[in-house]
Amino acid sequence: MFSYLPQTETDIREMLKVIGVNSIEDLFKDIPVEILKKTPLDIPEGISEYEVLKRLKGLSEKNRQGLSFMGCGSYDHLIPSVVNHVLQLPNFYTAYTPYQAEISQGILQSIFEFQTLVCELTGMEVSNASLYDGHTAASEAITMALNTRKKADRILVSGTIHPNTRAVIETFFSDNPVKIEEIETKDCVTSLDALRETIDESVAAVLVQTPNIYGWTEDLTGFADLVHENKALLIISSNPMSLGILKSQADWGADIAIGGTQPFGLSTYFGGPSVGYISTGTKLTRKMPGRIVGQTKDVDGKRAFVLTLQAREQHIKRQRATSNICSNQALAAMASGVYLSTVGWNGLKTAASQSFQKAHYLYKRLTEELGLKPLADQDFFNEFTLIIPEADRVLTDMESQGVFAGVGLGQFFPDQKNAVTIAVTEKRSREEIDAYVDLMKGVLK
Amino acid sequence: MNIPGDLKYTEGHEWVRVEGNVAYVGISDHAQHELGDIVYVELPEIDTEIDAKEEATNIESVKAAAPVYSPVSGKIVEVNEDLEDSSELINSDAYGSYIFAVEMSDKSELDSLMDADAYKEFLEKE
Amino acid sequence: MSKKLIFEMSSVGRTGYRFPDLDVPDLPLKDQVNSSLLRESIPVLPEVSEVDIIRHYNGLSKRNFGLDSGFYPLGSCTMKYNPKINEDVGSLPGFTNIHPLQSEDSVQGFLELIFETTKSLSEITGMKWGTLQPFAGAHGEFTGMKLFKAYFKKRDELHRTKVLVPTSAHGTNPASATIAGFHIEEIQADERGLVSVESLKNQLTDDVAGIMLTNPSTLGLFEKDIIEIAGLVHEAGGLLYYDGANMNAIMGKVRPGDMGFDVIHLNLHKTFSTPHGGGGPGAGPVLVSERLVDFLPVPDVKKDGENYFLDYNKADSIGRVSGFYGNMAVLVKAYAYIITMGSDGLKKASEYAVLNANYLKEKLKGTFHLYYDTTCMHEFVLSAKKMKEELGISALDIAKGLLDYGVHPPTIYFPSIVPEAMMIEPTETESKETLDYFVKTMLEIYQKAKDNPEELHEAPRNTPVRRVDEVMAVKQPILKWHAE
Repeated sequence: MFSYLPQTETDIREMLKVIGVNSIEDLFKDIPVEILKKTPLDIPEGISEYEVLKRLKGLSEKNRQGLSFMGCGSYDHLIPSVVNHVLQLPNFYTAYTPYQAEISQGILQSIFEFQTLVCELTGMEVSNASLYDGHTAASEAITMALNTRKKADRILVSGTIHPNTRAVIETFFSDNPVKIEEIETKDCVTSLDALRETIDESVAAVLVQTPNIYGWTEDLTGFADLVHENKALLIISSNPMSLGILKSQADWGADIAIGGTQPFGLSTYFGGPSVGYISTGTKLTRKMPGRIVGQTKDVDGKRAFVLTLQAREQHIKRQRATSNICSNQALAAMASGVYLSTVGWNGLKTAASQSFQKAHYLYKRLTEELGLKPLADQDFFNEFTLIIPEADRVLTDMESQGVFAGVGLGQFFPDQKNAVTIAVTEKRSREEIDAYVDLMKGVLK
Repeated sequence: MNIPGDLKYTEGHEWVRVEGNVAYVGISDHAQHELGDIVYVELPEIDTEIDAKEEATNIESVKAAAPVYSPVSGKIVEVNEDLEDSSELINSDAYGSYIFAVEMSDKSELDSLMDADAYKEFLEKE
Repeated sequence: MSKKLIFEMSSVGRTGYRFPDLDVPDLPLKDQVNSSLLRESIPVLPEVSEVDIIRHYNGLSKRNFGLDSGFYPLGSCTMKYNPKINEDVGSLPGFTNIHPLQSEDSVQGFLELIFETTKSLSEITGMKWGTLQPFAGAHGEFTGMKLFKAYFKKRDELHRTKVLVPTSAHGTNPASATIAGFHIEEIQADERGLVSVESLKNQLTDDVAGIMLTNPSTLGLFEKDIIEIAGLVHEAGGLLYYDGANMNAIMGKVRPGDMGFDVIHLNLHKTFSTPHGGGGPGAGPVLVSERLVDFLPVPDVKKDGENYFLDYNKADSIGRVSGFYGNMAVLVKAYAYIITMGSDGLKKASEYAVLNANYLKEKLKGTFHLYYDTTCMHEFVLSAKKMKEELGISALDIAKGLLDYGVHPPTIYFPSIVPEAMMIEPTETESKETLDYFVKTMLEIYQKAKDNPEELHEAPRNTPVRRVDEVMAVKQPILKWHAE
């Protein structure tokens, strides 16, 4: 009846006999009879594999796919076929956390490689095995800063970070005496002057994001010096794809680099799984949350990998741990590792610069030919924000013709109802971009 | 178990050696034995003001982590930098390896600490 | 043989992927953006061909043990079989290609899936409603603790800051509660291995916010006094949190909601068969009783006639706990599992999980010391204390010995209240033949411990690497590859 349950009637009889009870019910005798469930659960009875497939296929078809120009934290990049083939290797995806190093060298080594790749891209010295997503990584980075600057009680967050990151931080620290304050923005980027006005030694960390929620790149010249003069830590969140052509967090002088690696080998999948990355300098290694893999030797002197620095973690420190995280996004992190290893530095530069060129091509056509205005006059990587009159209607009309034309920022900022953030990746062909412009032309009037 | 007679002890297994107004703090031989191979000692920041019984720092073995509390109030004036690279010194010589030193703001706090005999008795009961 | 790192296979000029040629004007970057923004440093990424990639990872996967390789009785982790159909439906393009910020109208399939999964999980746990946002069990615990906070804030009872946690609890419990702003007081187990109701009474002071329990506990024992415990905690004004790590023991038999719990997190990667992925991604949905529904994270998914929509309009909500809606790929697989098994199958799964555990327990307890000798639920805990004292063979040695037999070891040294603990959870998807092979192997190891203990100290011998130097890994951390 149930293909995942191998027990036959004979097995059950023999097993009950060994146990010395008459029925399976007897094994549940410790459950007080008042609360024993006497009626079946109110969900349908089981169905066959084929019926499951039909049901799920039906559900998937109720979602509409289209030509995507959407970004704001989730991007439609090319994914080499080999990535998903690696993820389907059963000894990876059906494995547990690699506690038994001797039989987990595959996962451990892949994480060690992931940590190396993150360090290379961000320019930082150490990385962990990954976190849930780029948004929760921000909360963890702030916690690191608070544990480093124990007497400081303010966190300054730029007004241009992703609103969902901000929301996750607000939830995370809502019962904590720490004060989360916003740094004012100017022309849709973080204002260094405003930061100078408010920062002092009561600040534990400053969090900025580049490219920011509008897609604009932040020129962070002078930020690290100002932050460090005040003994605070600088946390920079970046779409890691942008690091293919833009300065890394280390280049800007960051103390902690964070973000989400979804653009590397992971589909958008309605927002998850992504992978949070976090990397920092050697000094803060022990303040880093989550799993870390290290290299060592086995008794025969062979190179081996193992979960290390575990004394920081919850299973040892319990309530004294600085983070409750006890897992990572291992398989999704592997996807990003495979992606980066497959495309290499040249491929990454190609993906990043093509995304850049195509976004600039679309920007040019929309602003010059259609007369649309940008929300601010700023540099950008692969997404930008335009003011589109009647944005809601325009997006709906575009969608009805099969194009997801961008993310309406009105959902995050009520006073920016007509701001639309448009992202372009290397996956969009010129033909598709031109079709976008033509459609937009028709929809706009 | 090695319990030198010239030191004071806490229930958290720290020892204190007093030199003038400064209290040198380490962990007892019993504590290092319980922890096993010590692999890391986090050194507190010099000039930090600290209260008695406040967590000053952490030491780690492979499978355990233990807080080290300051037995007295005051200001941290010295840390044992040798431990940064050679944390195993605590295993080999627990009483010769202080972790940090506190310039005491209230010497009377020393009175509430155990002497060697009391600590020995405490260990037997524990 | 040690295996090369992908970086060590690199050869300048190779690539594993060809991008389409650029078909828009290739203008100099510095003409389009301030050149101070451009990267100058060159990261060292591998340069390998596609063949190298697949051989490298295939080679790595052979150095890894997965559930598809053999028995995995890892206590508390519910390593049940991961059905293949779930992988198939998980990769349907109508799921993978959807952007999280698409219009509601274009994501009706996902919203229905979220709604239906939440509804089913609420029924299975006896709760009112929930959220699928949390990415993992620990994340679910944190969410649950924030719900506690929100509840007490609303009632103006923020003086309730104490959360009671048994000494046998998962380490994440106290860590999650602390991060959410509570302080922890431990509850001792009595001689039965259960929560001591008498000492609990003394701990239920005015400042108690609640209790976090795993039931059955990490010892595999059902807290028989749960009705009384729930009554006492509620009477004292506190709430009850259920750690769902052990839900696999009780589906369709008894529900946390009926036991009196207010919040539960589930580990879909345990009870609901989604693959562990070598440590993630998982999913840790949170379900709550009536009194906590208003505080659930935003957005909630609601149904209006035939349409599903995202509801952000919740004044008392704790807010967002993740960037979007959770690990959707995991939720799709869990939903497929729920409808595959149905009400009858889920109940059978729990019954057989308990049957398998009791069978193993009976077969092993004559040789190995069963710490609490009573009927167990889905798992049980053996102690190697005597073997260690008499034969010098520890739980770790037994675990390492098992590796040479192609069996994944049980969870060892947890829960810490059992000395030299070995926590065994066979799950329902293992056949009697597999269980018998495990028993035979364990008995052989016991014999070896008596006849030739040295061999066990030196185990494993047939694994890709042998015992590793963990001290060296911590003392001189090497956390990334360095170019020679």
